[in-house]
Amino acid sequence: MHLKHLRALAALAAALPLTALATYDVDILEPASSTAQEAYNLHWGIMYVCVAIFFIVFGAMFWSIFHHRRSKGAKAAQFHENTTIEVIWTIVPFIVLIGMAYPATKTMLEMKDPSGYDMTVKVTAYQWRWQYDYPQDGVSFFSNLSTPRDQIDNYDGAGAAKNDNYLLEVDRPLVVPTGKKVRLLITSNDVIHGWYVPQLGVNQYGIPGFIKDAWFRIEKPGVYRGQCSQICGKEHGYMPIVVEARSPEQYAAWVKDQKAKMPAPAPAPAAAPAEAAPVQTASAGPAAPAGKADGKATFDGTCTACHSTGAAGAPKFGDKAAWAPRLAKGLPALYNSALHGKNAMPPKGGNPALPDEAVKAAVDYMAAAAK
Amino acid sequence: MSTAIHAHDHPHGEAHEHHGPPRGITRWLYTTNHKDIGTMYLIFSCVMFFVGGTMAMLIRAELFKPGLQLFNPQFFNSLTTVHGLVMIFGAIMPAFVGFANWLVPMQVGAADMAFPRMNNWSFWLLIPASILLMGGFLAPGGAIASGWTLYPPLSIQQGISMDMTILAIHMLGASSIMGSINIITTILNMRAPGMTLMKMPLFVWTWLITAYLLIAVMPVLAGAITMLLTDRHFGTSFFSAAGGGDPTMFLHIFWFFGHPEVYIMILPAFGIISQIIPAFARKPLFGYASMVYATASIALLSFIVWGHHMFTVGMPAAGNLFFMYATILISVPTGVKVFNWISTMWRGSMSFETPMLFAIGFLCLFTIGGFSGLVLAIAPVDITLHNTYYVVAHFHYVLVSGALFAIMGGVYFWWPKWSGRMYNETLGKWHFWLSVIGFNVAFFPQHFLGLAGMPRRIPDYALQFAEWNMWSSIGAWLFGASQLLLVYNLVTSARSGRAAEQKQWEGADSLEWTHLPSPAPYHTFETAPVIK
Repeated sequence: MHLKHLRALAALAAALPLTALATYDVDILEPASSTAQEAYNLHWGIMYVCVAIFFIVFGAMFWSIFHHRRSKGAKAAQFHENTTIEVIWTIVPFIVLIGMAYPATKTMLEMKDPSGYDMTVKVTAYQWRWQYDYPQDGVSFFSNLSTPRDQIDNYDGAGAAKNDNYLLEVDRPLVVPTGKKVRLLITSNDVIHGWYVPQLGVNQYGIPGFIKDAWFRIEKPGVYRGQCSQICGKEHGYMPIVVEARSPEQYAAWVKDQKAKMPAPAPAPAAAPAEAAPVQTASAGPAAPAGKADGKATFDGTCTACHSTGAAGAPKFGDKAAWAPRLAKGLPALYNSALHGKNAMPPKGGNPALPDEAVKAAVDYMAAAAK
Repeated sequence: MSTAIHAHDHPHGEAHEHHGPPRGITRWLYTTNHKDIGTMYLIFSCVMFFVGGTMAMLIRAELFKPGLQLFNPQFFNSLTTVHGLVMIFGAIMPAFVGFANWLVPMQVGAADMAFPRMNNWSFWLLIPASILLMGGFLAPGGAIASGWTLYPPLSIQQGISMDMTILAIHMLGASSIMGSINIITTILNMRAPGMTLMKMPLFVWTWLITAYLLIAVMPVLAGAITMLLTDRHFGTSFFSAAGGGDPTMFLHIFWFFGHPEVYIMILPAFGIISQIIPAFARKPLFGYASMVYATASIALLSFIVWGHHMFTVGMPAAGNLFFMYATILISVPTGVKVFNWISTMWRGSMSFETPMLFAIGFLCLFTIGGFSGLVLAIAPVDITLHNTYYVVAHFHYVLVSGALFAIMGGVYFWWPKWSGRMYNETLGKWHFWLSVIGFNVAFFPQHFLGLAGMPRRIPDYALQFAEWNMWSSIGAWLFGASQLLLVYNLVTSARSGRAAEQKQWEGADSLEWTHLPSPAPYHTFETAPVIK
């Protein structure tokens, strides 16, 4: 559209090392919600104003630089003020700014108005995953990064070939119906996170202890990707957001399917973890290992984030020296730290979906490796 | 740099044996001379600039391509965090204080700063502070990795390096406050007869206003980080909802400091540019009075715009709107300044030595940063760009091609006065052009990355961001490497540069050029000049 020339320019500038797959995008991603569209329009409106001012002001400056130079024999004038022009260039920008503030105000008020919503999703941020609750549908699940670790870790060479949606893929996306006003209630379990999906025009901090709202309405079915926008610790770059918009009928079918997989509402809280486990493993996510608590699986899904590298003072997996003083305190003390958190470590390693047994099994697994 | 500053004969040298600098390390440890202290500030700033710059080079090395190649993510976060703190508190701010120490007394016709011993103390506090800040890398758990903004609860989770950083910031804040008291007192009480406020060079004006900003907001930051400290260790819950507190309160307090801080880092740059451009246009500064009023308006407005860092926190619509209006209002006085500088150039008789090149580079590139600031001020647009690389590009345009370019232009401009020697003009121009090219290749593509949704502070990224990141890294390395030219140029100049003239720049008209030889003697204006 009106960006063709810009794109062409950027492509030209970068033409030499272009590979077939290179992407030199220079624009905001295609908006998928009405508020994102309005923000997009505002951005280009103000960009044109800025570019116009830039060329006028710096056109004058460069004209002056080329003509009023000593090497061309220019004699310096000695004027140093002019009240009329100074008043003009104070007032005119002010009026331009009012022209920009007016549409921005309309969009802002719209973005901040979630009234008349059709459905609600509660978003809870964790270090480092998202939890989505659909209170009206009785569906709840965690959403984790699904990019395999061997694509990420390139310390010893190129690593495995990267997926197309490298770092922007999850085990279970947030599924929403098209054409409905979806209200998000966003909070956090530990530190401040940011729920950010550019194409939906939503970027809202999740703040522990407080619930903030935001909303979007997607017209076109499709998949929209985003990431955590606020630094939240070591794995901040590894907690993507994927929103899948489906037609209302497909959405209803999806809800039905999910509900079938949900546990009956609290039959017996003390039921063996083995019975509850399939709920969380329906997507084969690392949230909770199925069946008998498997220490290695829990470690690989959660603990590894810190305990493989020794981040934030965590004792490294297999590091006997680091573990010895801790093991000396006895396993119950270690269980306690793992379940309730210690220093930089959040309770259950930041994954409250884990059953206690799985956490203890992971401690056993790490302890065994350090003996 | 130090070798170039010699004691010089002056009328009553025999009578006062303390007038020449003592020899050896004690000269620097015990000095109360504003020029020595200014030199130490500038050298300190230069060292920290290379320390912070090295971290930037490492960051760009990790980001050269997708995947984790060099660092674990925790260490990467430490790099971005400490890079920010070092550049702000270690490089940019001390550089400006160095300029103030050297220039404020000379430009107002005073013999020295008002409180010379406090001046010494302000400088030497920086050393333990920077050791604490950098020492975090050796502490258990590594350096802080919370981002330079230290948002809780993430900053509560950090290891002992967080406490070291809090202590370091306290010391840096105390240093800044003392420096500001010194500068304000010097300017208000020690001007030469006839040097009315509205005759002061604009650099002095901008520092007067900056010093008030520092005194106003440094204690606010100190309060915020003290609350962090008690939350961490003494069971308070200022920022924890579980105890009745609110993490958002930290954001409000931090940015109430943080936004004026932005202007603390740019107003003295405006002052430097306002000295350089008239000198090389050989024409008086256009709109002196409106420059002063514009600087004061920017400073006042800076107290009511902090919320534009928090459009995504979830303030009510009225809050977002208020901060949006106040923020876009700032572009009016900033625009006035740019128009005035260009009018100063208009129909001048310009020449383009290195300081002027940096001033023109500043004008163009800082304005780009101003425009992206205007884009981000529009709250709905900010929401789609908040915490993306667009913001990273924006603040590097105002802080690197803004504050840093002004500092480098200022160093080239006053170097002849400080050292008594000329730098190599050809090398200076090479330094300028390589810096401009490297800088733009590094940071312009980051606008595109931000528009495409790449968050900041991530060690690894999706594949569609790969190409621009590669270019950004290449540009950053070029920019970083070309800074070595500056050091080489100044070192060789200090050793063997040709002697500078008293008024090295034909159009320069402030007292240090009109009244003092080059290099400026160890003691100047012991008898105040009379300004007509």
